[in-house]
Amino acid sequence: MDQLATLADPTRRAIFERLADRPWAVGELAGELPVSRPAVSQHLKVLKDAGLVTDQRAGNRRIYRLDPEGVGALRDYLDQFWTRALDAYKATVEQQSEEVS
Amino acid sequence: MNTTPQSASVSKAIVVEAGIERAFEVFVSDFGRFKPPEHNILGAPLAETVFEPHVGGHIVDRGVDGSECRWARVLAYEPPHRLLISWDLDPRWQIETDPARTSEIEVRFIAEAPNRTRVELEHRYLERHGEGWEGIRDGVDGANGWPLYLRRFAELLAT
Repeated sequence: MDQLATLADPTRRAIFERLADRPWAVGELAGELPVSRPAVSQHLKVLKDAGLVTDQRAGNRRIYRLDPEGVGALRDYLDQFWTRALDAYKATVEQQSEEVS
Repeated sequence: MNTTPQSASVSKAIVVEAGIERAFEVFVSDFGRFKPPEHNILGAPLAETVFEPHVGGHIVDRGVDGSECRWARVLAYEPPHRLLISWDLDPRWQIETDPARTSEIEVRFIAEAPNRTRVELEHRYLERHGEGWEGIRDGVDGANGWPLYLRRFAELLAT
């Protein structure tokens, strides 16, 4: 599942937006949102698998925050960007070579 | 889609039917022709993209209203073999003014035959864009943060 599809779910989006403000524990999020704690945990797992959030154990709690690397989506974006750029470059350079020869 | 700092680079290679001199020349002089056009942060329609062919130069997007965006610095210019440029856009799609938080792109041109050139591109040190992520977290809101970034990503994939 890509990151866009991950955030298309309104509950996950709500969780994500709260984590953009500060780190949260699972129980805190469950107290804020109209969903059960197991449901929050499941949404957090999906967000984590998508590379959007990361977690850290603090005592018996698990604290979630936005992925501090913040590069997963950037990398995917750039992968697409350079693939398209180089394909277009190849077309450009080979077209010009034909014109010259 | 998990990404570790160790893997925070993008590598691409392509073989073009052109001599190395021409391959290098076209990459620089026609950069604006093959760069995906939606990649710009100007407030106005894009008029042109100019790759200034010297160390210390920039890649400049110019809008039809005269506005400019210098989103890359030319760090090495070694025709016809090698280019090194910076990527001065942060994950929020804003100009990054701290060079320590920019990534870099190396482009290598390798002659395989008189009329065939292999072009290798590596966009590396992407993790540098993540440094200070906590510091800019306060700015990650609904208008300018991840949602904007992900929308750009979606637009790219949709085109």
